Amino acid sequence: MAQGTQAQEPDMTIDRAGGQTTIRLSGPWTAPHAQRVEALIGEIEAEADSFPVLFDLSGVQRLDTLGAWTLDRTRHELSAKGRADFANASPEQKILLEEAAYRDFEDQPKPRHARSVDFLVDVGQSVAGAGKDLVGGVGFLGELISAMVRVVIHPRRFRGTAVINQLEQIAYRGVPIIVLISFLVGCIVSQQGIFQLIKFGATPFVIDLIGILVLRELGVLLTSIMVAGRSGSAFTAEIGSMKMREEIDALRVMGLDPIEVLIVPRLLALIIGLPLLTFIASIAALVGGGLTTWVYGGISPDIFLDRLRAAVSLNTFLVGLIKAPFMAVVIGIIATLEGMAVAGSAESLGRHVTSSVVKAIFMVIVLDGLFAMFFAAINY
Amino acid sequence: MLERRHPDPTKNREVIIRARDVEVGFGERTILKGLDLDVYRGEILGFVGGSGQGKSVLTRAILGLVRKRAGTIEVLGRNLDELSSDERRQLERHWGVLFQQGALFSALTVKQNIQVPMREYLRLSDRLLDELAMLKIEMVGLNPDAADKLPSELSGGMIKRAALARALALDPDIVFLDEPTSGLDPIGAGEFDDLIATLQRTLGLTVFMVTHDLDSLYSVCDRIAALGEGKILAEGPIEAMLASDHPWLRSYFHGKRARAVMAGGA
Repeated sequence: MAQGTQAQEPDMTIDRAGGQTTIRLSGPWTAPHAQRVEALIGEIEAEADSFPVLFDLSGVQRLDTLGAWTLDRTRHELSAKGRADFANASPEQKILLEEAAYRDFEDQPKPRHARSVDFLVDVGQSVAGAGKDLVGGVGFLGELISAMVRVVIHPRRFRGTAVINQLEQIAYRGVPIIVLISFLVGCIVSQQGIFQLIKFGATPFVIDLIGILVLRELGVLLTSIMVAGRSGSAFTAEIGSMKMREEIDALRVMGLDPIEVLIVPRLLALIIGLPLLTFIASIAALVGGGLTTWVYGGISPDIFLDRLRAAVSLNTFLVGLIKAPFMAVVIGIIATLEGMAVAGSAESLGRHVTSSVVKAIFMVIVLDGLFAMFFAAINY
Repeated sequence: MLERRHPDPTKNREVIIRARDVEVGFGERTILKGLDLDVYRGEILGFVGGSGQGKSVLTRAILGLVRKRAGTIEVLGRNLDELSSDERRQLERHWGVLFQQGALFSALTVKQNIQVPMREYLRLSDRLLDELAMLKIEMVGLNPDAADKLPSELSGGMIKRAALARALALDPDIVFLDEPTSGLDPIGAGEFDDLIATLQRTLGLTVFMVTHDLDSLYSVCDRIAALGEGKILAEGPIEAMLASDHPWLRSYFHGKRARAVMAGGA
């Protein structure tokens, strides 16, 4: 740069003549030469032993806040032992030395560190957090239901376009990936089923296995997990960024209920879309299973269909489908709550999107387990 | 308000930013065309212009955030188009930018924000890194406890100050301020103007300030450049602006709000 062309390194000479120490500084005492500046400062502190100490600044080409700060700090530290002063500073350097004068920053409170206490605090906080989540979730469910009832009572407040739009985002655009994944899982399960059952000479039972497993559990589980990852995260991010930019508050002061405007359409779209996707996913998995049994087990498609018809009944299919709307509600509530909890920073948004997806997937699996126990108990 | 001597514009001084025949456009629209501008070392230049006239576009073109279609921009005597990426990095440490919304990194505390450019460009000991960050925090008039706060915990005025501290982290030669007083109350805006004037004097900064605040224009700016129709309509000290008979300048500096500021004793 213009003034950088003449710049060498900062330097100094120490002169102990006449019972005093004169330190003649030269060169640029600026941030780009920070390492050299720090080394020189260390030397000064070690070698200045006869007081008074005089810092002669006449040779300094350039001084910035870094140089001024380190010099004044050194002067301050030396002055604990005797006199230390600056000499021959230009008017600009004087202003800078004053502006960057030494002051003590040490009284900042330092965070306390005790591993065992920190661990207990963490445990306590997560338990309390889980409790709050639960209470918040139940409270929110109540708000949602009351908003839905309001919409039913005043059908004009129902936002049909928003629901259709969300259905497109959640269901329609999700079809390809959900079909693909379910198809592959269907293939994998049936292939492994054939390999194991062939040992007992019971290959055709793979069709029972596939039919029941896919329709009761796999279809709905795979769909819910995919929807939690795809739509739950999007949902949290949308609501979270709207919250960050005060858009939610803007809705409120316009007399619009954010739950009614933003959340009810999304939740309805989830409740409608998830069963539809579940159905599609189950069919895709059955197709995958059927193809694999044909290739690996030599069972032709008509036999597969015949056998399938015998193996599954309507209630097998319904068990899967009944669960879907409940999964939708769980995903929707978790996504919304996490979105609403976003505060200020971009980091907070990221954290809540992650925890929305993790919590939703966890809850979907837990709920599926509860349903399994329930249906077993009522022999459905 | 702080009394400032306005440097003599006739004196031959070093040009720190020189823009010649700059043209910037997006798609079909041409925003700037044939724009010439000089910024001298050590001055505070106020840059005014109607909304959508391209004030920010010019700033962003100088900073290299927007591509220009034609013309040359020289900063510190170096043509920005002819720099290698290393030279450009070298140049970038000579300027600091205060964005309109602060643009503090939201995941970092104020102190960490200030240390980002220091860590990137300088090799400092941890002790010095901390001390310098705290020094900048004090220089911009923030309370030391603001150091460990996150940007989301700060008020609008504090965000501006913290962002200014970050812009000053490397002791730049040039500071770009994008509407530094917008969103501040009049007292806060006045204090911020004083702060800029003080820092400009102590650190020898050149300040390029995009602003709409007539108070700032009167109290701290040495020179004003007015942008309109894609080029500089007029430049000079406030008196020259007041004397100009361009219709936009007349309505800007002689409008109802401007008269109120003048009556207020500038």
